[in-house]
Amino acid sequence: MVKITFIDAAGQSRIVEAEEGSTVMEAAIRNDVSGIEAECGGACACATCHVYVDDSWLEKLPKAESMEEDMLDFAYDVRPASRLSCQIRVTAEIDGLVLHTPEQQG
Amino acid sequence: MTEIIKTDALIVGAGPVGLFAVFELGLLDIKAHVLDILPKIGGQCSELYPEKPIYDIPGFPTITGQGLVDNLMKQIEPFHPTFHFNEQVEQLESIGTPAAPLFRVRTNGDLTFEAKTVIIAAGGGSFQPKKPPVPGIEAYENISVFYAVRKMESFRGKRVLIVGGGDSALDWSLNLAPIAERVILMHRRDEFRAAPHSVNAMRELVAAGKMDLTLGQMTGLKGEGGELSAVTVKANDGSIYDFECNRMMPFFGLTMKLGPIADWGLNLHENLVPVDTEKFETNVPGVFAIGDINTYPGKLKLILSGFHEAALAAQKANRYVFPDKKVVFQYTTSSSSLQKKLGVG
Repeated sequence: MVKITFIDAAGQSRIVEAEEGSTVMEAAIRNDVSGIEAECGGACACATCHVYVDDSWLEKLPKAESMEEDMLDFAYDVRPASRLSCQIRVTAEIDGLVLHTPEQQG
Repeated sequence: MTEIIKTDALIVGAGPVGLFAVFELGLLDIKAHVLDILPKIGGQCSELYPEKPIYDIPGFPTITGQGLVDNLMKQIEPFHPTFHFNEQVEQLESIGTPAAPLFRVRTNGDLTFEAKTVIIAAGGGSFQPKKPPVPGIEAYENISVFYAVRKMESFRGKRVLIVGGGDSALDWSLNLAPIAERVILMHRRDEFRAAPHSVNAMRELVAAGKMDLTLGQMTGLKGEGGELSAVTVKANDGSIYDFECNRMMPFFGLTMKLGPIADWGLNLHENLVPVDTEKFETNVPGVFAIGDINTYPGKLKLILSGFHEAALAAQKANRYVFPDKKVVFQYTTSSSSLQKKLGVG
């Protein structure tokens, strides 16, 4: 299992275990992580699983593809560290990933 | 008084499950009108994932959202349903009795239906424009902030800020540029999802000095009495400034909201409509709920479950629409009368 830390807008942090091959969004939904809605169920069609990647991980994650960038247009307060968690694949390489959830998913 | 449209069944929602309900009702000679808030058929399949393959439709190892919708349209063609698009049901009033239900249904577009049964196949609710979470935006809505253009003329001579990077944002920038005092398109990045020819046309207008393009994100609104005077913008370099404008249109896509269903006198449980699993009927006799909008013990939000629910709801609807008809269950493989209805007999 891969460990992922979610820190909400108020600074509360939670560590969840994610299965390799799933997505970070799925791990968040399975563990009721607050601040992740995932309205469309992972189709990269809603931008309600928006997260900010912690500075320490920015360089280590594969970059967003253009479909994800397009969908991020629908998110709010998009920053250079913004990602859609349904598009981050859980692999052994991301064990220890730290993500921040936004105040609002819109 | 507008004309009342009388129908056996009114289906609310033109997604896959609403479309298949037309088929199941049609086999029983029940005529249906179908309405949807979107300007097209298909619901989530067409709006959210037209190109994505679905792998759990029985008999189709893989089919795209749009492919499924196209096939369903072909399948229900013999029954000639009447579609009403861009319509949202606002009011559902029972004017019959539990044994002989009749409903008067009014939409936001001033349509009035009289239906013997109502089948709610509204999925996740109605698709509505996503509102930017800018504090106090409600006070400006429909006065100086608009999510859609009803009358282009109302933008004449205005300073219009359009926010977004998709087709709606680009199309309205191009359409309003000749009418408005000034159109300013704001987007978070210098890349656009919209059709390339619209993007090119926009860049030409900007180059010719006929409209402006600015990169950044909206963080606040300023104005009085609903009249906008400026939008606070966070530019991509982190600087924050006020941008003068008196009309603003945000285009951040669509989201699903339950909408007026909450006011129809139906029992609700966590924004879903509880039904029984024999008839998929709500607490109001004659009103059915099928597909993602309903809930019951063991409910799975699968298209295939919605199809099954449509078939059973149609059986009960049959008894309301034709109370005196003898019910004989028939198979499409063998029944000549069903095959005649399907145009294959």
